[in-house]
Amino acid sequence: MQDIEKKMKAAAKKLFDDGKVDVIVGFRKGSLHNSSRPYFARSAADTENLVWDGFCTANLATFLPKLFEKPARPKEGYRPPRVGIVAKGCDSRSVSGLVKENQVPRPALVVIGMPCEGVRNVSKKSKGKKEEIARACLECVSPAVSGADISIAGEGRKPAKAGYARVKAFEAKPAQERWAIFTKEISKCIRCNACREACPNCYCKVCFADQRKPSWLSPANALSETMLFHLGRMFHQAGRCVECDACVNACPMGIDLRLFTQKLASDALELFGSVPGVTDDRVPALNTFKQDDSECFITDPEEK
Amino acid sequence: MAKTTETREPTIVAFLCNWCSYAGADLAGVSRLQYPANVRVIRVPCSGRVDPLYIIKALQEGADGVLVSGCHPGDCHYISGNLVARRKFAMLKSFLEYLGIEPERVQFSWVSASEGGRFAALIEKVVNDVKKLTTARKIIKKEKATASVR
Repeated sequence: MQDIEKKMKAAAKKLFDDGKVDVIVGFRKGSLHNSSRPYFARSAADTENLVWDGFCTANLATFLPKLFEKPARPKEGYRPPRVGIVAKGCDSRSVSGLVKENQVPRPALVVIGMPCEGVRNVSKKSKGKKEEIARACLECVSPAVSGADISIAGEGRKPAKAGYARVKAFEAKPAQERWAIFTKEISKCIRCNACREACPNCYCKVCFADQRKPSWLSPANALSETMLFHLGRMFHQAGRCVECDACVNACPMGIDLRLFTQKLASDALELFGSVPGVTDDRVPALNTFKQDDSECFITDPEEK
Repeated sequence: MAKTTETREPTIVAFLCNWCSYAGADLAGVSRLQYPANVRVIRVPCSGRVDPLYIIKALQEGADGVLVSGCHPGDCHYISGNLVARRKFAMLKSFLEYLGIEPERVQFSWVSASEGGRFAALIEKVVNDVKKLTTARKIIKKEKATASVR
Protein backbone atom coordinates (compact mmCIF):
# COMPACT_ATOMS: atom_id res chain seq x y z
CA MET A 1 0.00 0.00 0.00
CA GLN A 2 2.71 2.49 1.05
CA ASP A 3 4.68 1.58 -2.00
CA ILE A 4 1.67 2.19 -4.23
CA GLU A 5 1.02 5.50 -2.48
CA LYS A 6 4.62 6.61 -3.12
CA LYS A 7 4.38 5.70 -6.78
CA MET A 8 1.08 7.53 -7.10
CA LYS A 9 2.50 10.67 -5.45
CA ALA A 10 5.51 10.58 -7.75
CA ALA A 11 3.28 10.20 -10.80
CA ALA A 12 1.07 13.07 -9.63
CA LYS A 13 4.06 15.29 -8.97
CA LYS A 14 5.47 14.51 -12.39
CA LEU A 15 2.20 15.50 -14.03
CA PHE A 16 2.43 18.93 -12.38
CA ASP A 17 6.15 19.28 -13.13
CA ASP A 18 5.50 18.50 -16.79
CA GLY A 19 2.64 20.98 -16.79
CA LYS A 20 0.16 18.37 -17.94
CA VAL A 21 -2.60 19.05 -15.41
CA ASP A 22 -4.17 21.97 -13.56
CA VAL A 23 -5.70 19.93 -10.79
CA ILE A 24 -5.56 16.35 -9.57
CA VAL A 25 -8.53 14.82 -7.81
CA GLY A 26 -7.36 12.36 -5.21
CA PHE A 27 -7.59 11.63 -1.50
CA ARG A 28 -6.03 13.15 1.57
CA LYS A 29 -6.09 12.10 5.20
CA GLY A 30 -9.46 12.74 6.81
CA SER A 31 -9.83 14.63 10.08
CA LEU A 32 -10.95 11.49 11.87
CA HIS A 33 -8.95 8.38 12.55
CA ASN A 34 -9.37 5.77 9.81
CA SER A 35 -10.75 8.06 7.19
CA SER A 36 -9.69 9.62 3.93
CA ARG A 37 -11.44 12.35 2.09
CA PRO A 38 -11.47 13.67 -1.45
CA TYR A 39 -8.79 16.24 -2.15
CA PHE A 40 -8.01 18.60 -5.01
CA ALA A 41 -4.27 18.98 -5.48
CA ARG A 42 -3.61 22.18 -7.42
CA SER A 43 0.20 22.32 -7.37
CA ALA A 44 3.21 20.03 -7.20
CA ALA A 45 3.56 20.86 -3.50
CA ASP A 46 -0.03 19.79 -2.86
CA THR A 47 0.69 16.28 -4.10
CA GLU A 48 2.50 15.63 -0.80
CA ASN A 49 -0.92 15.52 0.86
CA LEU A 50 -2.23 12.74 -1.36
CA VAL A 51 -2.85 9.40 0.32
CA TRP A 52 -3.89 5.95 -0.80
CA ASP A 53 -5.39 3.50 1.66
CA GLY A 54 -8.40 1.32 2.27
CA PHE A 55 -10.52 4.28 3.29
CA CYS A 56 -10.44 5.90 -0.13
CA THR A 57 -14.04 4.87 -0.66
CA ALA A 58 -15.58 7.85 -2.45
CA ASN A 59 -16.12 7.72 -6.17
CA LEU A 60 -14.01 10.64 -7.36
CA ALA A 61 -15.64 10.76 -10.78
CA THR A 62 -18.47 12.59 -9.01
CA PHE A 63 -16.44 15.80 -9.12
CA LEU A 64 -15.62 15.71 -12.81
CA PRO A 65 -18.81 17.14 -14.36
CA LYS A 66 -18.55 20.15 -12.03
CA LEU A 67 -14.86 20.67 -12.80
CA PHE A 68 -15.52 20.59 -16.51
CA GLU A 69 -18.64 22.71 -16.35
CA LYS A 70 -18.35 25.50 -18.88
CA PRO A 71 -18.88 28.97 -17.39
CA ALA A 72 -22.06 30.76 -18.51
CA ARG A 73 -19.98 33.42 -20.28
CA PRO A 74 -16.68 31.79 -21.10
CA LYS A 75 -13.78 34.17 -21.66
CA GLU A 76 -12.21 34.24 -25.07
CA GLY A 77 -9.89 31.31 -25.59
CA TYR A 78 -11.62 29.26 -22.90
CA ARG A 79 -10.38 25.72 -22.68
CA PRO A 80 -11.51 23.07 -20.24
CA PRO A 81 -9.16 22.59 -17.28
CA ARG A 82 -6.83 19.63 -17.50
CA VAL A 83 -7.78 17.29 -14.71
CA GLY A 84 -6.01 14.28 -13.30
CA ILE A 85 -7.97 11.70 -11.37
CA VAL A 86 -6.75 8.99 -9.04
CA ALA A 87 -9.02 6.16 -10.10
CA LYS A 88 -10.03 2.78 -8.77
CA GLY A 89 -11.84 0.33 -11.04
CA CYS A 90 -15.25 1.77 -10.18
CA ASP A 91 -14.10 5.38 -10.69
CA SER A 92 -12.81 4.46 -14.13
CA ARG A 93 -16.13 2.81 -15.00
CA SER A 94 -17.88 6.03 -13.99
CA VAL A 95 -15.42 8.08 -16.01
CA SER A 96 -16.17 6.02 -19.10
CA GLY A 97 -19.89 6.55 -18.50
CA LEU A 98 -19.45 10.30 -18.10
CA VAL A 99 -17.37 10.47 -21.28
CA LYS A 100 -20.16 8.64 -23.13
CA GLU A 101 -22.68 11.11 -21.78
CA ASN A 102 -20.54 14.06 -22.89
CA GLN A 103 -19.95 15.31 -19.36
CA VAL A 104 -16.19 14.87 -19.49
CA PRO A 105 -13.93 15.75 -22.42
CA ARG A 106 -11.65 12.73 -22.43
CA PRO A 107 -8.60 14.53 -23.94
CA ALA A 108 -8.57 16.94 -20.99
CA LEU A 109 -8.50 14.10 -18.47
CA VAL A 110 -5.55 12.12 -17.14
CA VAL A 111 -6.60 8.89 -15.45
CA ILE A 112 -4.12 7.58 -12.90
CA GLY A 113 -5.11 3.94 -12.62
CA MET A 114 -4.59 2.46 -9.17
CA PRO A 115 -4.35 -1.24 -8.42
CA CYS A 116 -7.43 -1.65 -6.24
CA GLU A 117 -7.38 -4.16 -3.43
CA GLY A 118 -10.89 -3.25 -2.39
CA VAL A 119 -11.84 -0.57 0.11
CA ARG A 120 -13.07 -0.94 3.65
CA ASN A 121 -16.71 -1.15 4.49
CA VAL A 122 -17.55 2.31 5.79
CA SER A 123 -21.31 2.28 5.32
CA LYS A 124 -23.33 3.16 8.40
CA LYS A 125 -24.77 -0.34 8.48
CA SER A 126 -21.41 -1.80 9.37
CA LYS A 127 -20.63 0.16 12.53
CA GLY A 128 -17.75 -1.37 14.41
CA LYS A 129 -16.60 -3.78 11.72
CA LYS A 130 -14.43 -1.45 9.73
CA GLU A 131 -11.89 -4.10 8.91
CA GLU A 132 -14.15 -5.73 6.38
CA ILE A 133 -13.89 -5.21 2.65
CA ALA A 134 -16.94 -3.43 1.27
CA ARG A 135 -19.62 -5.54 -0.38
CA ALA A 136 -19.26 -3.55 -3.61
CA CYS A 137 -15.62 -4.65 -3.76
CA LEU A 138 -16.35 -8.27 -2.87
CA GLU A 139 -18.84 -8.39 -5.74
CA CYS A 140 -16.78 -6.22 -8.11
CA VAL A 141 -16.38 -7.86 -11.51
CA SER A 142 -13.89 -5.35 -12.88
CA PRO A 143 -11.54 -4.03 -10.19
CA ALA A 144 -8.88 -3.26 -12.80
CA VAL A 145 -8.86 0.29 -14.16
CA SER A 146 -9.73 0.38 -17.82
CA GLY A 147 -8.35 3.08 -20.09
CA ALA A 148 -5.80 4.47 -17.66
CA ASP A 149 -3.30 7.02 -18.98
CA ILE A 150 -0.85 6.21 -16.21
CA SER A 151 -1.01 2.82 -14.55
CA ILE A 152 0.45 2.39 -11.10
CA ALA A 153 1.89 -1.10 -10.80
CA GLY A 154 0.77 -3.27 -7.94
CA GLU A 155 -1.33 -6.22 -6.89
CA GLY A 156 -5.06 -5.66 -7.37
CA ARG A 157 -8.14 -7.66 -6.51
CA LYS A 158 -9.16 -10.60 -8.61
CA PRO A 159 -12.48 -9.98 -10.40
CA ALA A 160 -15.41 -11.58 -8.64
CA LYS A 161 -17.78 -13.88 -10.45
CA ALA A 162 -20.82 -12.07 -11.79
CA GLY A 163 -24.00 -13.57 -10.46
CA TYR A 164 -26.24 -11.15 -8.61
CA ALA A 165 -27.00 -13.84 -6.05
CA ARG A 166 -28.48 -11.27 -3.67
CA VAL A 167 -30.86 -9.94 -6.31
CA LYS A 168 -32.02 -13.46 -7.13
CA ALA A 169 -32.56 -14.29 -3.47
CA PHE A 170 -34.63 -11.13 -3.03
CA GLU A 171 -36.65 -11.91 -6.13
CA ALA A 172 -37.54 -15.32 -4.76
CA LYS A 173 -39.36 -13.74 -1.81
CA PRO A 174 -43.13 -13.17 -2.05
CA ALA A 175 -44.23 -9.76 -3.32
CA GLN A 176 -45.69 -8.70 0.03
CA GLU A 177 -42.41 -9.36 1.75
CA ARG A 178 -40.41 -7.53 -0.91
CA TRP A 179 -42.66 -4.53 -0.56
CA ALA A 180 -42.32 -4.67 3.22
CA ILE A 181 -38.53 -4.70 2.96
CA PHE A 182 -38.53 -1.84 0.48
CA THR A 183 -40.86 0.17 2.70
CA LYS A 184 -38.76 -0.53 5.76
CA GLU A 185 -35.52 0.52 4.09
CA ILE A 186 -36.99 3.66 2.56
CA SER A 187 -38.71 4.72 5.78
CA LYS A 188 -35.25 5.19 7.30
CA CYS A 189 -34.54 7.97 4.82
CA ILE A 190 -34.21 11.51 6.12
CA ARG A 191 -34.08 13.01 2.62
CA CYS A 192 -30.62 14.50 3.03
CA ASN A 193 -29.89 13.80 -0.66
CA ALA A 194 -26.41 12.49 0.20
CA CYS A 195 -26.93 9.51 -2.12
CA ARG A 196 -27.59 11.88 -4.98
CA GLU A 197 -24.62 14.11 -4.20
CA ALA A 198 -22.23 11.19 -3.94
CA CYS A 199 -23.34 9.57 -7.18
CA PRO A 200 -21.22 10.34 -10.24
CA ASN A 201 -24.24 9.74 -12.47
CA CYS A 202 -26.31 12.44 -10.75
CA TYR A 203 -25.03 15.55 -12.46
CA CYS A 204 -28.31 17.14 -13.59
CA LYS A 205 -28.18 20.92 -13.14
CA VAL A 206 -31.65 20.81 -11.63
CA CYS A 207 -32.57 17.50 -10.06
CA PHE A 208 -36.19 16.40 -10.44
CA ALA A 209 -36.32 16.38 -6.65
CA ASP A 210 -35.45 20.09 -6.47
CA GLN A 211 -37.54 21.09 -9.43
CA ARG A 212 -40.54 23.37 -8.94
CA LYS A 213 -43.02 23.89 -11.76
CA PRO A 214 -43.73 21.11 -12.11
CA SER A 215 -43.07 20.11 -8.56
CA TRP A 216 -42.52 16.36 -8.55
CA LEU A 217 -41.82 16.13 -4.89
CA SER A 218 -42.98 18.06 -1.91
CA PRO A 219 -40.33 18.56 0.74
CA ALA A 220 -42.69 16.98 3.25
CA ASN A 221 -41.25 14.16 5.25
CA ALA A 222 -43.87 11.66 4.08
CA LEU A 223 -43.12 8.09 3.16
CA SER A 224 -44.87 8.51 -0.16
CA GLU A 225 -42.67 11.45 -1.16
CA THR A 226 -39.54 9.68 0.00
CA MET A 227 -40.45 6.64 -2.05
CA LEU A 228 -41.03 8.76 -5.11
CA PHE A 229 -37.62 10.34 -4.63
CA HIS A 230 -35.90 7.01 -4.32
CA LEU A 231 -37.77 5.40 -7.20
CA GLY A 232 -36.91 8.39 -9.36
CA ARG A 233 -33.30 8.52 -8.31
CA MET A 234 -32.76 4.80 -8.63
CA PHE A 235 -34.46 4.53 -11.96
CA HIS A 236 -32.28 7.32 -13.32
CA GLN A 237 -29.43 4.87 -12.76
CA ALA A 238 -31.02 2.25 -14.99
CA GLY A 239 -28.44 1.07 -17.49
CA ARG A 240 -25.88 3.50 -16.03
CA CYS A 241 -25.17 2.32 -12.49
CA VAL A 242 -21.60 1.06 -12.12
CA GLU A 243 -22.29 -0.45 -8.69
CA CYS A 244 -19.62 1.59 -6.92
CA ASP A 245 -21.76 1.91 -3.79
CA ALA A 246 -20.99 5.62 -3.39
CA CYS A 247 -24.65 6.09 -2.44
CA VAL A 248 -24.52 3.34 0.15
CA ASN A 249 -21.39 4.78 1.76
CA ALA A 250 -22.83 8.28 1.74
CA CYS A 251 -26.11 7.33 3.39
CA PRO A 252 -26.12 8.47 7.02
CA MET A 253 -29.03 6.14 7.83
CA GLY A 254 -27.48 2.97 6.43
CA ILE A 255 -30.18 2.28 3.85
CA ASP A 256 -29.41 -0.81 1.81
CA LEU A 257 -29.63 0.98 -1.53
CA ARG A 258 -27.47 -1.63 -3.20
CA LEU A 259 -30.19 -4.22 -2.92
CA PHE A 260 -32.34 -2.12 -5.26
CA THR A 261 -29.85 -0.46 -7.60
CA GLN A 262 -28.21 -3.80 -8.22
CA LYS A 263 -31.45 -5.05 -9.75
CA LEU A 264 -31.12 -2.36 -12.41
CA ALA A 265 -27.58 -3.45 -13.18
CA SER A 266 -28.64 -7.08 -13.30
CA ASP A 267 -31.51 -6.21 -15.67
CA ALA A 268 -29.25 -4.16 -17.93
CA LEU A 269 -27.05 -7.20 -18.28
CA GLU A 270 -29.87 -9.69 -18.66
CA LEU A 271 -32.05 -7.71 -21.07
CA PHE A 272 -29.51 -5.74 -23.07
CA GLY A 273 -26.19 -7.43 -22.37
CA SER A 274 -24.75 -4.20 -21.08
CA VAL A 275 -22.49 -3.71 -18.08
CA PRO A 276 -21.96 0.07 -17.75
CA GLY A 277 -18.31 1.01 -18.01
CA VAL A 278 -17.24 -2.55 -18.79
CA THR A 279 -18.90 -3.62 -22.03
CA ASP A 280 -17.90 -1.61 -25.04
CA ASP A 281 -21.13 0.36 -25.61
CA ARG A 282 -21.17 3.57 -27.53
CA VAL A 283 -24.07 4.96 -25.51
CA PRO A 284 -25.83 3.92 -22.29
CA ALA A 285 -28.18 0.94 -22.71
CA LEU A 286 -31.38 2.96 -22.41
CA ASN A 287 -30.33 5.54 -25.00
CA THR A 288 -30.35 3.02 -27.78
CA PHE A 289 -32.34 0.01 -28.99
CA LYS A 290 -32.25 -3.12 -31.04
CA GLN A 291 -35.01 -4.28 -33.33
CA ASP A 292 -35.26 -7.56 -31.47
CA ASP A 293 -35.34 -6.28 -27.89
CA SER A 294 -37.49 -8.31 -25.53
CA GLU A 295 -41.21 -7.68 -25.81
CA CYS A 296 -42.48 -10.21 -23.33
CA PHE A 297 -43.74 -7.51 -20.96
CA ILE A 298 -46.15 -5.98 -23.51
CA THR A 299 -49.84 -6.46 -22.81
CA ASP A 300 -51.64 -8.01 -25.76
CA PRO A 301 -55.44 -7.77 -25.38
CA GLU A 302 -56.04 -10.42 -28.01
CA GLU A 303 -53.94 -12.95 -26.15
CA LYS A 304 -56.00 -15.34 -24.09
CA MET B 1 -60.97 3.71 3.73
CA ALA B 2 -59.84 0.15 3.12
CA LYS B 3 -63.44 -1.05 2.79
CA THR B 4 -64.39 1.43 0.12
CA THR B 5 -61.32 0.81 -2.02
CA GLU B 6 -62.44 -2.73 -2.78
CA THR B 7 -65.81 -1.82 -4.19
CA ARG B 8 -65.06 1.46 -5.86
CA GLU B 9 -64.25 1.68 -9.54
CA PRO B 10 -60.53 1.84 -10.27
CA THR B 11 -59.03 4.74 -12.14
CA ILE B 12 -56.61 3.99 -14.95
CA VAL B 13 -54.34 6.68 -16.31
CA ALA B 14 -53.51 6.01 -19.95
CA PHE B 15 -50.61 7.72 -21.70
CA LEU B 16 -51.41 7.42 -25.41
CA CYS B 17 -49.14 8.48 -28.20
CA ASN B 18 -50.56 11.15 -30.48
CA TRP B 19 -50.00 9.29 -33.73
CA CYS B 20 -51.27 5.79 -33.13
CA SER B 21 -52.88 4.94 -29.82
CA TYR B 22 -54.67 8.24 -29.35
CA ALA B 23 -56.05 7.95 -32.87
CA GLY B 24 -56.92 4.32 -32.08
CA ALA B 25 -58.85 5.49 -29.02
CA ASP B 26 -60.56 8.06 -31.20
CA LEU B 27 -61.52 5.37 -33.69
CA ALA B 28 -62.95 3.24 -30.89
CA GLY B 29 -65.09 6.21 -29.94
CA VAL B 30 -66.14 7.05 -33.48
CA SER B 31 -67.01 3.39 -34.08
CA ARG B 32 -69.14 3.50 -30.91
CA LEU B 33 -67.31 0.58 -29.35
CA GLN B 34 -68.06 0.04 -25.67
CA TYR B 35 -65.24 0.02 -23.17
CA PRO B 36 -65.04 0.73 -19.45
CA ALA B 37 -65.15 4.38 -18.47
CA ASN B 38 -62.37 4.00 -15.90
CA VAL B 39 -59.68 5.24 -18.18
CA ARG B 40 -58.33 8.80 -18.12
CA VAL B 41 -56.44 9.53 -21.29
CA ILE B 42 -53.36 11.75 -21.43
CA ARG B 43 -52.12 12.46 -24.92
CA VAL B 44 -48.35 12.51 -25.37
CA PRO B 45 -46.39 13.15 -28.56
CA CYS B 46 -44.77 9.71 -28.48
CA SER B 47 -44.49 6.77 -26.10
CA GLY B 48 -40.84 7.78 -25.90
CA ARG B 49 -41.98 11.00 -24.25
CA VAL B 50 -43.26 9.12 -21.22
CA ASP B 51 -40.80 9.57 -18.40
CA PRO B 52 -40.96 6.69 -15.90
CA LEU B 53 -41.44 9.40 -13.32
CA TYR B 54 -44.86 10.19 -14.85
CA ILE B 55 -45.93 6.62 -14.25
CA ILE B 56 -44.75 6.53 -10.66
CA LYS B 57 -46.22 9.95 -10.03
CA ALA B 58 -49.59 8.85 -11.42
CA LEU B 59 -49.61 5.91 -9.00
CA GLN B 60 -48.63 8.19 -6.17
CA GLU B 61 -51.40 10.65 -6.95
CA GLY B 62 -53.99 7.93 -6.68
CA ALA B 63 -54.23 6.10 -10.00
CA ASP B 64 -54.97 2.42 -9.52
CA GLY B 65 -53.30 1.49 -12.74
CA VAL B 66 -51.25 3.06 -15.49
CA LEU B 67 -51.32 2.13 -19.15
CA VAL B 68 -48.80 3.36 -21.69
CA SER B 69 -49.53 2.71 -25.31
CA GLY B 70 -47.71 3.71 -28.47
CA CYS B 71 -47.29 2.76 -32.10
CA HIS B 72 -46.30 -0.78 -32.98
CA PRO B 73 -42.52 -1.21 -33.20
CA GLY B 74 -41.41 -0.02 -36.61
CA ASP B 75 -44.38 2.31 -37.04
CA CYS B 76 -43.19 5.15 -34.82
CA HIS B 77 -43.85 8.61 -36.24
CA TYR B 78 -40.43 9.58 -34.91
CA ILE B 79 -38.81 6.43 -36.33
CA SER B 80 -37.44 5.00 -33.09
CA GLY B 81 -39.22 6.68 -30.17
CA ASN B 82 -41.15 3.60 -29.20
CA LEU B 83 -38.13 1.34 -29.57
CA VAL B 84 -36.12 3.37 -27.07
CA ALA B 85 -39.22 3.51 -24.87
CA ARG B 86 -39.52 -0.27 -25.05
CA ARG B 87 -36.16 -0.70 -23.34
CA LYS B 88 -37.05 1.83 -20.68
CA PHE B 89 -40.42 0.19 -19.97
CA ALA B 90 -38.96 -3.30 -19.88
CA MET B 91 -36.65 -2.17 -17.10
CA LEU B 92 -39.29 -0.16 -15.28
CA LYS B 93 -41.79 -2.99 -15.26
CA SER B 94 -39.21 -5.43 -14.03
CA PHE B 95 -37.99 -2.97 -11.38
CA LEU B 96 -41.45 -2.20 -9.98
CA GLU B 97 -42.24 -5.89 -9.83
CA TYR B 98 -38.97 -6.47 -8.00
CA LEU B 99 -40.01 -3.96 -5.35
CA GLY B 100 -43.28 -5.80 -4.84
CA ILE B 101 -45.71 -3.71 -6.88
CA GLU B 102 -48.16 -5.94 -8.77
CA PRO B 103 -47.16 -6.18 -12.46
CA GLU B 104 -50.81 -5.58 -13.49
CA ARG B 105 -50.71 -2.06 -12.11
CA VAL B 106 -48.41 -0.78 -14.82
CA GLN B 107 -49.00 -2.08 -18.32
CA PHE B 108 -47.60 -1.32 -21.72
CA SER B 109 -49.08 -2.04 -25.12
CA TRP B 110 -49.02 -1.14 -28.79
CA VAL B 111 -52.19 0.07 -30.52
CA SER B 112 -52.20 1.48 -34.04
CA ALA B 113 -54.53 4.16 -35.40
CA SER B 114 -56.66 1.56 -37.19
CA GLU B 115 -57.13 -0.72 -34.19
CA GLY B 116 -60.19 0.73 -32.48
CA GLY B 117 -61.33 -2.74 -31.49
CA ARG B 118 -57.95 -3.59 -30.04
CA PHE B 119 -58.01 -0.41 -27.97
CA ALA B 120 -61.43 -1.25 -26.53
CA ALA B 121 -60.27 -4.81 -25.75
CA LEU B 122 -57.07 -3.47 -24.18
CA ILE B 123 -58.91 -1.12 -21.84
CA GLU B 124 -61.28 -3.94 -20.91
CA LYS B 125 -58.34 -6.18 -20.08
CA VAL B 126 -56.42 -3.58 -18.09
CA VAL B 127 -59.48 -2.57 -16.06
CA ASN B 128 -60.31 -6.20 -15.32
CA ASP B 129 -56.71 -6.89 -14.31
CA VAL B 130 -56.65 -3.95 -11.94
CA LYS B 131 -60.08 -4.84 -10.50
CA LYS B 132 -58.74 -8.28 -9.61
CA LEU B 133 -56.11 -6.69 -7.39
CA THR B 134 -58.43 -6.69 -4.43
CA THR B 135 -55.84 -5.76 -1.86
CA ALA B 136 -55.62 -2.12 -2.76
CA ARG B 137 -52.35 -1.54 -1.02
CA LYS B 138 -51.35 2.01 -0.58
CA ILE B 139 -48.65 1.51 -3.19
CA ILE B 140 -46.91 4.80 -2.96
CA LYS B 141 -50.09 6.76 -2.78
CA LYS B 142 -50.19 10.07 -1.05
CA GLU B 143 -52.21 9.92 2.11
CA LYS B 144 -55.34 11.96 1.82
CA ALA B 145 -55.57 14.71 4.40
CA THR B 146 -58.75 13.14 5.80
CA ALA B 147 -57.47 9.57 5.84
CA SER B 148 -56.11 8.28 9.07
CA VAL B 149 -52.34 8.05 9.04
CA ARG B 150 -51.21 4.48 8.89
